[in-house]
Amino acid sequence: MVKPTKVTNSIRALRFANGEMTQAELADRLGVTRQTVIAIEQGRYSPSLEVAFQIARVFNVSLEEVFQYP
Amino acid sequence: MYKLLYLRTMTMLEKRAWTYMVVSLVTYGGYVVVIVGRLVGGSVTEIDYVPVLLWTLGLSIAGSIVVGIVTGMIGDRSTRTDVRDREIDQTGDRIGQAFTVIGALGAFVLALFEAPYFWIANSIYLGFALTMIVGSLAKVIAYRRGGFQQW
Repeated sequence: MVKPTKVTNSIRALRFANGEMTQAELADRLGVTRQTVIAIEQGRYSPSLEVAFQIARVFNVSLEEVFQYP
Repeated sequence: MYKLLYLRTMTMLEKRAWTYMVVSLVTYGGYVVVIVGRLVGGSVTEIDYVPVLLWTLGLSIAGSIVVGIVTGMIGDRSTRTDVRDREIDQTGDRIGQAFTVIGALGAFVLALFEAPYFWIANSIYLGFALTMIVGSLAKVIAYRRGGFQQW
């Protein structure tokens, strides 16, 4: 088992800032399951670089505004 | 009740992992209980284990199908899978398949030493059972806790 990722994200805040977008709506726009969006939000799953860019594009922000590294 | 609510939040492949794990545990556990019961006071060369083993395999397959259909009707009925599902599925399968190899190696060594067929068949069957149980457990842990992969 590898160590948990240090990467954090602001997806939950961004969803609420974008018309209180639901996890299901975000999942549909990304083409993933709602469970995957939940896992990414909670830091249990690190998405592929492509999905990370897609998330940033959905919210129309840069990648660093979605994901942060200490 | 709480567990049923939990079931509602799973993807199709997570439900399948739980199904395989539970059905394999129950059927293999039942097989061991029956065989050990017959072995008491008997010998491995005398007991009729083949019908029990074949019935257990059949029940395991049928049970997985039935439980899979029932759990598929609970909660999220979407059959969508994504890259995370595929990663977890592949990782779990890779972990589980190690036990198929170990079971086959055990059977190979037993055959070299001309052990009774009982031990050879059961070495392979134990390998299959552990493949399903450990592989499915790895998938469940990956779904619930994550941590199988990083950036």
